[in-house]
Amino acid sequence: MTDKTLFIGSTVALPKPELDLLLADLRKNDYQTVGPHMQDESIVYTKIEGLKDLPRGILSEQNPASYRMLQTDKDRYFDFIPANQSWKQFLFPPRHTLFSASKEGKWQLKENDEPAPRYALIGVRACELAAINIQDKIFLREDFSDPIYRSRREGLFIMAVNCLDPDATCFCVSMGTGPRHTAGFDLCLTELDEVFLVEVGSELGRSMLAERTYDLPSAFVQNAANQAMDRATRSMGRTMDTRDLPELLTTHLDADRWNVVSKRCLSCTNCTLVCPTCFCWDAVDQADILGKSTRRERVWDSCFNPNYSFVVGGNTRPNIRSRYRQWLTHKLGTWKAQFDVLGCVGCGRCITWCPAGIDITEEVAAIRAEVNS
Amino acid sequence: MTTTLIDTAAHSAGHNDKLLLPHWAEIVKIIPEAEGVSTFHFRFTDPTVQNRYRFEPGQFNMLYVPGYGEAAISMSSDLETAGGLLVHTIRHIGNVTRATSRLKVGDVVGIRGPFGTSWPLEAIEGMDVVIACGGIGLPPLRGAIYRIIRNRARYGKITLLYGARMPKDLMFPAEYEAWQKADIDMQVTVDRGDDTWTGRVGVVPMWFYHFRVDPHKTAVLTCGPEIMMRFVIYEALARRIPSDQIYVSLERNMKCGQGACGHCQQGPYFICKDGPVFPFKALENIFNVEEY
Repeated sequence: MTDKTLFIGSTVALPKPELDLLLADLRKNDYQTVGPHMQDESIVYTKIEGLKDLPRGILSEQNPASYRMLQTDKDRYFDFIPANQSWKQFLFPPRHTLFSASKEGKWQLKENDEPAPRYALIGVRACELAAINIQDKIFLREDFSDPIYRSRREGLFIMAVNCLDPDATCFCVSMGTGPRHTAGFDLCLTELDEVFLVEVGSELGRSMLAERTYDLPSAFVQNAANQAMDRATRSMGRTMDTRDLPELLTTHLDADRWNVVSKRCLSCTNCTLVCPTCFCWDAVDQADILGKSTRRERVWDSCFNPNYSFVVGGNTRPNIRSRYRQWLTHKLGTWKAQFDVLGCVGCGRCITWCPAGIDITEEVAAIRAEVNS
Repeated sequence: MTTTLIDTAAHSAGHNDKLLLPHWAEIVKIIPEAEGVSTFHFRFTDPTVQNRYRFEPGQFNMLYVPGYGEAAISMSSDLETAGGLLVHTIRHIGNVTRATSRLKVGDVVGIRGPFGTSWPLEAIEGMDVVIACGGIGLPPLRGAIYRIIRNRARYGKITLLYGARMPKDLMFPAEYEAWQKADIDMQVTVDRGDDTWTGRVGVVPMWFYHFRVDPHKTAVLTCGPEIMMRFVIYEALARRIPSDQIYVSLERNMKCGQGACGHCQQGPYFICKDGPVFPFKALENIFNVEEY
């Protein structure tokens, strides 16, 4: 008999039905299991119970302003490429009540003391995990720690999955974030036709997996997985040249390309909503009509919103040109000065979900070409 | 970068582990200043918060009016002058600030703060100081003026250039005499005079043509409309005042005060956290970029 003791770093072969039991165990441990699910002809991350909720045999076909699902008869669950929305909705909720205030004589505050949900994220791609690591730097700074994000992040269980079939909009290799996971997960799946290869990334992951029935992977299976991952690395749909990118962008704020792209950009905010790293938020009061009580909420905001940069006396970015330029030069430029990392992981969502099909890789290449010409 | 002397953990009104949760403060006094502008004196209702609260001139608070939201308003005094009260001079022009115009003595607002960097009053000791401000740009500098007057011997020549649209828009006119007595060369100008106005008509940057500066020992503090500051900076640089001796207070949309919500970004900076007061040297590459 071979020793089947699990260690951090071990890889085992897990029969696919065992995933149901693993997810059930997570729920027994007070986790809400959320993962990919086919809904309204697209894949969303939502509450799932097991294999039956996963998008079986579904492939995604993404292109600028285009997202299509293809049904295959394969017994595979993770062949689609990232869902429309990212995981940030779970750590940085789109709408969250901070407190409410009511006036009974004097104003009284009531904090929102709902306990933070504990999420187990099922099927986190390497680019998406990189995005979570970037948001960690934004929300968990030394001088500011976001309590909503922190409480959700601390309780997080991450079941990662390696991408084997990148889409036409993917460029994680250029951004150095994928397609293969290296660290930061509790468990990491690589899906083959018969089994999941599962790598243990943490003590928590080890203890959850230890309860399951698994085998040591054969050399054949491991080889197949490695080959599939190498193939994925070589089949990125897009590339971005990141050399000196912050300097290139921040020293060419007057490039003509900003005028060109602003004629196509609708300033609709889609790119910032689907972006897994965009972090801007607003605070709004939902007051009752009598002015006696109000609820203060934190909601997602976007630098493409006209109100975003409103100050009394005007808007500091009144034109789409300045808003698009702010978005791109922040994400791929000044973000580096602020958080010591670029704000793009190469997931391609902003390309897919832009109704005008604006392609961030094409814009960067155009500015580079303009500067070099 | 300018630094503040406040240990924010020990002296602020806020909650480290709660997002945007304010402390209540009661309005103690309201002074009408000009049309659509009034000065509010606040005291925190929680004495512990009131006693620990400190700030430096140039910093700001987030004022919360329930049902309306928050507005970033700078302090227009200092604690010593105001007997420990928080003083904010507010122009009632936005959604939240218009709501404050309807408040009365005894009403409460929520306050979080202080946030941001302050005027570099210690770094510029020993220097001549030109304070150039316009309109509602004077209130954020008044605390600095008080501080300078209290320590008058530590500074060289002080010149205060102040401009407003109309004579009736001038802030704090009752105090000008006291400031002049404290050996501040105060020069007031308006864009347009009225029947009784006998003073200067013109814009603030033009005043640089009326006096000489020794660039190496002169600091400039400026706050006001961005177009005014642009020309104040232009005139100061033309007189060879080094860009790290010119201090600028910027205004941007601010929602959190903690460099978290993203709104106030300009280039690499979160104006609420890295500013609002910057040495111009830090802004050289971004200040004149249109719509940036």
